[in-house]
Parts: sequence; C-alpha cells; structure tokens
Amino acid sequence: MTETVGNIEKNAAAEFSRPLCLTATEDLRGFIAEKIGYLILFLITFVSVIAVFLIFFFVIHETLPFIFQGSLSDNLLRVKEFLTSTKWYPERAEPEFGALAIIMGSMYVTVGSLLIAVPVGLLAAIFLSDIAPFEVRQYCKPIIEILAAIPSVAYGVFAVMVVAPWMQNKLGFSTGTNALNASVILAFMALPTIISVSEDALSAIGREIREASYGLGATRAETMLKVVIPAAHSGIIAGVILGMMRAIGETMVVWMASGNASRIPSPWWDLSQSVRTMTATIAGEMGEVPKNTDHYYVLFAIGTLLLIFTFTLNMVSEYFMAKVKKKARGH
Amino acid sequence: MKSNLKILAVLALLVTAGNVMAAEKLTIDGSTTVGPIGDAFAEAFKTMRPDCSITVSKTGSSDGAKALIEGQCDIAMMSRFMKDKEFATAIEKGIMPVAHAIAMDGVCVVVHRSNTVSALTSEQVKDIYMGKITNWKQVGGADKPIVVISRDSSSGTYETFEGLVMHKEKMSDNVEYVNSNPQAHARVKSTEGAIGYVGLGFVDRNVKALKIDGVVPNRATISKGIYPVSRPLFLFTNGYPKLGTTVFQFCTFYLTEEGQEIIEAKGFIPVTNY
Repeated sequence: MTETVGNIEKNAAAEFSRPLCLTATEDLRGFIAEKIGYLILFLITFVSVIAVFLIFFFVIHETLPFIFQGSLSDNLLRVKEFLTSTKWYPERAEPEFGALAIIMGSMYVTVGSLLIAVPVGLLAAIFLSDIAPFEVRQYCKPIIEILAAIPSVAYGVFAVMVVAPWMQNKLGFSTGTNALNASVILAFMALPTIISVSEDALSAIGREIREASYGLGATRAETMLKVVIPAAHSGIIAGVILGMMRAIGETMVVWMASGNASRIPSPWWDLSQSVRTMTATIAGEMGEVPKNTDHYYVLFAIGTLLLIFTFTLNMVSEYFMAKVKKKARGH
Repeated sequence: MKSNLKILAVLALLVTAGNVMAAEKLTIDGSTTVGPIGDAFAEAFKTMRPDCSITVSKTGSSDGAKALIEGQCDIAMMSRFMKDKEFATAIEKGIMPVAHAIAMDGVCVVVHRSNTVSALTSEQVKDIYMGKITNWKQVGGADKPIVVISRDSSSGTYETFEGLVMHKEKMSDNVEYVNSNPQAHARVKSTEGAIGYVGLGFVDRNVKALKIDGVVPNRATISKGIYPVSRPLFLFTNGYPKLGTTVFQFCTFYLTEEGQEIIEAKGFIPVTNY
C-alpha cells in the first residue's frame, strides 16, 4: 500500500493504478466518516449558538414576572416607574424600583470613557498606521494589546487605591470614586479595541489612494484628514462601537471605581460625583437577593435592558464591519 | 422548573443511596449573616465527625424560621429573635423553638483619622445616612462635606446597620456603596470627609472608630450589649437538643476554643465576658 502511495507522488500517471471504483464497504465507511465528522463539528458550533439563545430566553423569562403582575395598567405603571423614576429602594417593605439613575449612570461612564478613549485611540491609530516607523509600530501594537489582557479587577484596585486618593488630594474632589474615575479607567480598557480596529481600517486603505492624494498636491495632514480617515470611517466607527460595548458591559471596575450612589449627578456635567451603573447593580445585589422576589426579577429586567443595549450596539458594529469588508472586496 | 427540581431530588437520592446508613444528616438553614459561622462550624465538623454530613443553606432569617417551623431543617440560623407570629405558628405545629445565642455582631462607625469628631449619637448617624446632615460642621467638626459610605445592600453588615441605626428610614441617594469590609476600610482611610461602617475586626489605627451614644466600640462593650449597634446571633432548634446528639454538639460548639476562634475569624464577637 505504501508503495502505491509512493508511486502516486512520484508519477502522476500512477494515480490510475488505484481502482476508480470503491468497494461497497469503502464507500460506506467514507460516507459515514464524513457524516459523523460533519455532525460533530455542527454540534460544537451549535452549542455556542444555542448558548446565546438560552441566555436571551433565560434573562427575558426571569424579567417577565416583574412586569406582568395584576392588570395591564399596573404592568404599564411598573414599566414606567422602572424607566422614569430615580428611586431605587428594592429591599424595603414598600419597594421602589426606579432604575433611571442607574441607566443614566451607565450612560455617564460609557460616554465619559468614549470622550477620552476615542480621540486618544484615533490619534494613536493614525500614528501607528501612517507615521510611526516600522520598528516602533512592531513593538507598540503588541504592548497596547496587553492592556486588553489585564484582568479588570486589577484595574479596579488601581482605581480605588491610586486614582481615587489622587483625585481627592490633587483635584480636590470630595470623593475619589466617581464617574470621572470610572470613565478614565474604562477609557484605558476600551483603548486597545479602538486602536487595533481603527488601525486595521486605516491600514486597509490602499497605498494608491494616498499616492493619488499626494499626486494632487495634498499635504500629509490633508491626505490623512480629508482622504484616509473619511475612507476608513466605517472601520473606525466599528472600532468605537466595540470599545463602547466593552465600557458598557464592564462590571468589576465600575463596581469598584464609580462609588455606586444611585442618583443622577447634579449639575448634570459634574463627573466628580458618584454614579451607579447597571452592571454594578446586578453584580452587587444578585449575590444575596432572595430568589423569585420582585427584587430578583427587577435585576433581570436591568439585565434585559443591558442585553438590548449591547445587542443593538453589536448589530450596528456588524453593519459597519460588513461595509468595510464590502469595500475591501470592491477594490 | 418544578420537574427539574424533582429530577434533581431523584438524582440526589440515587447518589446518597450509595452510602446510606453511614451518614447522619444535619440540615441548617437561615440568615446570611450567621451563614459564614454556620459554614465554618460545618467545616470543622467535617474533620471531627466524618460520619455526619451537614448542609448549610443561606436564604435569610425569615426563611430559616420558616424552614424550622415546617420541620425542613434541624437548626435555623437567625440574625434576629423569632417574631411573635413565627413563634405562635411554631407552637401550633408542635415545634418548640429554643434560642442559642452563639455570638455578638457589632458594627463600628468609622471616620478618617484626621477627623476632629470623635463621638456621635445614633440619631446623628442616622441623619447623616439619610442626607439630613451633609457637612461635618453640623456635628461639631471641620467645614467639610461628608462622604457617606455604606456596604452593599446584600451584605449582613448592611442589614445590621440598617436595622439598628436606620430604623426603617431610607438611606439618601448620596450614599456610596462598596462591596466588602476591607474596601469600606480603604475608602475611609483615604478620604478625609468619609464616614463608613465596618465589623469590629476591621477597625485599626488607620481609621477612627466613633463613640456612639457615648459608648466606645470594643469587645467588652459589644459582648455586654452596651454598644448600641450590636446584636446577638442565634441558632434556633426544636426544643433543647437531646444531650450528646450532633445537633447538641453543633449548638454548643461556640463554647469550645475552636468555635470561639472561628467566630472571631469571621469578624464577630464571642459571647464571653471575662
């Protein structure tokens, strides 16, 4: 048998020495092996797909008892209270489930982190893709990606032990665990995503486009700002959205760094005040909450809301990613 | 959901059927505050009495009382005494609840070291957490806004504080929440205007424990019950346990040296006075 195999490799004509027609058993064996292989691979893939659906099902299933109690108008009232009231007292005898302050808290730290991470990330991506010499780029990219590998609790400890006292002593804030602290830390956590996705997008814009721009007499800055960035905007937006998802879904850091006071800062722009996010509320209260109570269900309601946010963001980023791919194929 | 539970129960039966006879079973249910002590006692029993298996579940004091009344557990852990209503239901069902106070739980109000305030009344502490008092000068300190720090609402320490200080009043929405005693300690240590509360075991030189209603929090004042933010922790059994049984051993374990060490290690105060 080995000889034949050897012959096949040596001499192309020898491949006919093998009978073209397989015996029935060989045929069947091949058929079964193919189907089994297909089935195993399908099942493995299917497990991860089904996991997503099960999570959706479970979270929504546990949310429903919170909403559907009593008459329809009661249901609407409960949803209205949940979305518009800022009074979060889930453990009291007459509980109040107003999650507005908590939803706004998530928005504060997410938007705050983006305000820092997007300019920094975009500039870093431009530097890496167009300005930095090859060696610098080769070393910088992996180091930036290490940022994503640091466990979030380590960031959290840094936020509480270093950033918080620093903000109190140097900036004169009355409390160091606040929206700004959480935003800064989250910005660092979102940076690697934003930088690497935008950098890939910028690099994907071909050399000929840049050369065409130079050829028309544009300077380097003009080329960058007016040609390359607009051309790569889909990829940059996708990177920003992926970074945003990282920030909105992050739990440990905000739980440690944001202070967890459930109210909307007033005045609204004052980031030196404590806020509480959706993720931190779930993490902090789920541990000991008695099962099948309103408090338990309302935490799942927050979870559903969070799931809707990230799902939407994911869809949007997929849309822009698809655009990038289409463009790449078009060229 | 129910059918799942049934399947689980059947599975559990199948698993335990293998070593039937061998194990004496003890079921303990109740408070999440007393839970850590229950867990650690059960752990100690594992080496002392390998022949008996103990399950500890932590669902809250009310659930513990309910389970004892329904005869679903041998020992109920409770961070409060049984309510009149629970007692009455128990008697109706032929259960005679007996309390064993196994430890004291004291919560110390702490502030930054530099704070000039060294004593508050419990009324003032309550007003601070309600947001009525927002500056230290209102209670005789420096002109500095108060940063109010609380444990998360699922912790036993929060439950104690809320029950003994807040008296059903709502905490203000300015209150910041942290998720562990060490973190509460760290925040108070590093924040000048901060006030927080931690278990006695976490008070050290880096923070200042306040006198409450004129009483210094320490082991003696807490175990004697003079310090206002302290309460006993109970085990409840049906009647006084028969001498020599495992239940008896478990309920008197707090009197042993090992038991007292465990209680202290978990941040509570043994009920001794010598």
